Parts: sequence; C-alpha cells; structure tokens
Amino acid sequence: MELLIIFISAALVNNFVLSYFLGICPFIGVSNKTSSAISMGMATTFVMVLTAIVSWLLFNLVLVPYRLEFLQIPSFILVIAALVQFVEMVIKKVSQPLYRALGIFLPLITTNCAILGLALLASMRSYDFMQSVIFGFGAGAGFTLALVIMAGIREELDLADVPKPFKGAPITLIVAGILALAFMGFAGMI
Amino acid sequence: MKKQVTLLREFTKGLWEINPTFKQILGMCPTLAVTVSAINGIAMALATTFVLVFSSLFISLVRKWIPNQVRIASYIVIIATFVTIVDLVMKAQFVELSKALGPFIPLIVVNCIILGRAEAFASKNNALRSVLDALGNGAGFLISLFVLGSIRELIGSRSILGYQVLPNGFEPWIIMILPAGAFLTLGLMMGFANMFIERKKNLERESLIAQYKRAGREEITEEVLKEAGV
Repeated sequence: MELLIIFISAALVNNFVLSYFLGICPFIGVSNKTSSAISMGMATTFVMVLTAIVSWLLFNLVLVPYRLEFLQIPSFILVIAALVQFVEMVIKKVSQPLYRALGIFLPLITTNCAILGLALLASMRSYDFMQSVIFGFGAGAGFTLALVIMAGIREELDLADVPKPFKGAPITLIVAGILALAFMGFAGMI
Repeated sequence: MKKQVTLLREFTKGLWEINPTFKQILGMCPTLAVTVSAINGIAMALATTFVLVFSSLFISLVRKWIPNQVRIASYIVIIATFVTIVDLVMKAQFVELSKALGPFIPLIVVNCIILGRAEAFASKNNALRSVLDALGNGAGFLISLFVLGSIRELIGSRSILGYQVLPNGFEPWIIMILPAGAFLTLGLMMGFANMFIERKKNLERESLIAQYKRAGREEITEEVLKEAGV
C-alpha cells in the first residue's frame, strides 16, 4: 500500500516535470512529436529505474559505511554518466531496433536533472531499496505522461494562430502552466 | 584601448544579448522552481554564479591538458567539486535558505548554463575572458531570477524581498506561488521580451532606411540591410 502511494505520488501528484520542475529542458526540447516523446519517455524511465537501484546501492553500501556522504554529488553524477554510457552500449549490442528508437536520446539523459534529482530525493527521504525502485519507476512514468500530453498539445498548436513573439518556448511554457493547473486536481488523491 | 572594450563586452553580452534564461533558454529547472520569492531567486543565482565563475576559471586553466574525448566527464567532475563546496557552506551557514532551495543546490551540477559556458567558451578562451564571460552570464541569470521572483512574490504574497508592498486589501493570487504560476509568468515574460526586441529591431531598420534615403542612396536591398545588422 505504501509503495502504491509512492508510485502515485511520484507519477501524478508530485509530477517531476509539472510540480518539481525537474527535466524541463527535454520537456521543452523533445516535446514536438508524440513519437519522439514516447521514445524519450521510455529511455528516461529505463535509466531512472536503473539509477534508483545503483544510487541506492552506492549510497547505502559504500558512502554511508565509510562516512563519505559529502562525495554524494560527484559520485552520483559519475555513476549516472557511466550508467547511461553502459546502457547505450548494451542496447546497441543487444537490440538494433531499440537502439535506433532510443539511441539519440540516451546521451541527452546524462544532463537531465530529473535523473540526478531522483537519486538525491530518494537519499534525502531515506527510502529503502524497494521504495527507491518504485519511486524511480513512478517518476519515469510521470515524466513520460507529461511529455506525451505536451507533445500531443504541441502538435495541435502547430496549426493554431499563435502571435509571432509567443511562438516556440513562450507558448510551450504557458501551455505547461495550464497543464500544471490540471495536474493540481490530483492533489486530493493521497 | 581596443582590448579593454572587448574585455568589457565579454561581461556585458551575458546581461542581455545572450542572457541564459531569455536568449539561450538554459537552466530552466532552477529558474522555475526557486523563484517563489525574490530572495530565493537571488540566493540561487549567486550560488550558480559562484560555481560558474570558478569552474570556468579552472576549466580554462586546464583546457590544454584535457584530452578531447574525456572533456565532458572532466568538466562535470570540476563542476561537481564546486557544487559540493556551495552545498556544504549553505548547509552550515544559511540553514533556512538551504532548506527552501532543497535539492536545487546539488542540482546546479546539471544546470546546462554551466556546462554550456564550459563547452562553448571556457574550453576555447583564456582564464581572464572565461571569468568575465562567467560573471556576465551569472549576472544575466541573477537579473532574470530576480525579476521573475519579484513578480511572483509581489502578486502571490503582496511583498518584495519580504517587505509588504501591496495593501492588505489586495487578495494575493495563490496560483503565482504554485508551480503553474511559474510556467505562466515565465512564458508571458518571454513572449513580451520577444515582442519588445522585435519592435526595437523594426524601428532600427526603419531609421536606417530613412537615413539611406536622405543620403540619396537608391537601391536599399535586403543584403545592404543585413550588412548593417538589422
């Protein structure tokens, strides 16, 4: 039950993009087409779950026993960078179609603040192993959801008559604001 | 003399011409997240500027020894070092601010402004220029965060920097200090900034055309205008 609450909270109520403002760059950059939004979301979710696992192990089995908590930031970011590189290599070797679908998005994920934010938040809230994994999965699902909804809206928006100075980033931000308002409706769920 | 002018340019271009928030659209996450009040915005921008200046300095000093293939990883380690310093100092000295900014201080590591300046500027220029460029970008970031934070604080909780400005009769718009307000305010600000820029450009263009006409120059083609930079 508690795990379910963590999942719903990360995916809907405290959506990473729309209420924590994590991962705004890909949210604005990649949300042009629904197909690339889905790929980006899937790749991010995958890396998020892996990050949750690896960063939990690193923090609780290495950093805490040796009292190295102050190395949290550099070690997390290096682990994430190495992980993304590793995932890219494995996918390239194992499945070519998957690599073609996710390939170009993987390097972008290293600097996606949602990933590092996830690792930091999970250790800040001292989640146990299972909770961290569910938290990572929920955050990824929420990110994908926000990205896909946004891409759908932006595809329609291309046909709309937007004033010229507001084209591009400004109108995207305004739409995101309205979307964030809609997501506030989930606040009563937990 | 000429050199001094160009050095000054390295600083001033960051204020508006390549302003990180409005022109490069970088560092959106902290911009939106911490600008609930003006003071949070200022603290965030100062912390970011500190990291930006010192990592630019170090990266430009060691740029000749870093092999090209591992440069991004090396930059990230340098940046992470300074972020750790900021994080620990904030936790020790400014407990309240550190709590308010939450995970966004450690997240300066992945702020694209810093890696962007490292890759685009500090890896190609000498230390003095890199520091000036970093200071300029930091100042530009500070301006955007302060303006955005002030607007949200003013309408959302009637005050600026903690001092009440609007009378009690004004009902605060709660939405402004909620996440949705951040998106809406920044979107509108960017739109109006673009509008202002475009209007200024058109005015410059028209005045130049008038100037040419007065000088008796007949053929005013697109190329001529482009050469004059309008």
